[in-house]
Amino acid sequence: MDEVFRHAFLAGLPLALVLPLLGNLLRLREEWLATLGLAHLAAAAALAGMGLGLPAVLGAPGGAVLGAIGKYTSRQRSNSVYALMILAGWAITLLIAANTALGHALAQAMVDGQLYFATRRETWLAGAVALFALLLLPWLTPRLIRASLLPTYERANRLPAWRWHLGFDLLVALVVAVATATLGLMATFALVFVPAWIAYRHAASWRRAWFLGAAVGLCGYILAFALALALDQPFGPTLVFALVVALVAALALRGARAAQGR
Amino acid sequence: MNPWLRLDAVVAGYDRPVVGPVSLELGPGEVLGLAGPNGVGKSTLLAAILGDARVFAGRIERPAGVRLAHLPQRPIRPKELPLTGREWLTVLGVAGDGLPSHLARSIDQRMDRLSGGEHQLLALWGVLAGAGELVLLDEPTNNLDPQHVHLAAQAIAARREQRATLVVSHDHAFLQRVCTRLLDLANHG
Repeated sequence: MDEVFRHAFLAGLPLALVLPLLGNLLRLREEWLATLGLAHLAAAAALAGMGLGLPAVLGAPGGAVLGAIGKYTSRQRSNSVYALMILAGWAITLLIAANTALGHALAQAMVDGQLYFATRRETWLAGAVALFALLLLPWLTPRLIRASLLPTYERANRLPAWRWHLGFDLLVALVVAVATATLGLMATFALVFVPAWIAYRHAASWRRAWFLGAAVGLCGYILAFALALALDQPFGPTLVFALVVALVAALALRGARAAQGR
Repeated sequence: MNPWLRLDAVVAGYDRPVVGPVSLELGPGEVLGLAGPNGVGKSTLLAAILGDARVFAGRIERPAGVRLAHLPQRPIRPKELPLTGREWLTVLGVAGDGLPSHLARSIDQRMDRLSGGEHQLLALWGVLAGAGELVLLDEPTNNLDPQHVHLAAQAIAARREQRATLVVSHDHAFLQRVCTRLLDLANHG
């Protein structure tokens, strides 16, 4: 594989592993739409940063982290707020595209997927944030599950719950920002949303949901990368296509099992 | 021995007072039942202890270091969640041994695939066997058939000595069976 494509492939691989794991927790918290909002803000901040000469992976976290802090401090967990984040990010992206030399092409690349622009810098950064997430998730996960299913526990015992709630929001913002700047907005959201959807339907336990989500994310990513390269297609839509195929296969499998059980 | 919970002439509610004044003390080894008809304010009083309802008058005291565990009237049960009963107990820091046989058989199933009774019993077991010393149970017999009610009573009795337990229930027979004393809120104040 050419070195350009090798970097691009390696940059996306750790993100394809870790985004579905975050997706499982976001689905538990019914916050998966927030990811789309954060991804839009990250894309807008990446473009704004590029206008100032910053690489996308350094500009993107600014917007996403601001969005995460705003979400946490406003204590709003409604679809209306997430929709507002999406609209704000979308509007800023289009305004930057229309009013700077970056133009439409770059904005389009952020949305469709700009994986092939990944360099050694994106590869290391993606690996570092994925490793950071993998180290934090075993600490965060039981606390977030307990907070979702037994919310009175942390309030009644005056636990420092802000540590894991804000910590998770910031972790998601960071990973989503790096992923948006590396894989593009569409691919990032697809990797958060679809593998977790499949895992929630099919996994027999939380542990298996981790493995299933990660496996779907990784397999979908590898398949999409190969298809996009071989057929000269944009990466984002190709990944969505690969993940939707996996989703349809999973639903068909479930239907067949249910029919066998009857 | 000092009580783990003391209510001193507590009047509680939300926009306006719903219950009180209520005074009570609860210490380790005790199971206090709060009885009374619907609407008398039993759950509101629990909510006040949890900090979720407004205290209009009086004081609620709990010694520092006494942890609180709470079984809500309707334990949260997401429509779809790949989490087994055993994994839920692990989250709560509860070992899976010593489970009632009824629960042991379904402990490795996803919680969203348990029956209503199994889910309620699992939630009750998690609260009783968890780290909380002061235990608040709001209608613990919801969704339970007579066999499960029997298991619930056994579980409360088995943990009684290490806990101070406050039980809210409209099921007077159940309260009579599990409680060391009863407080009828309809005749209190």
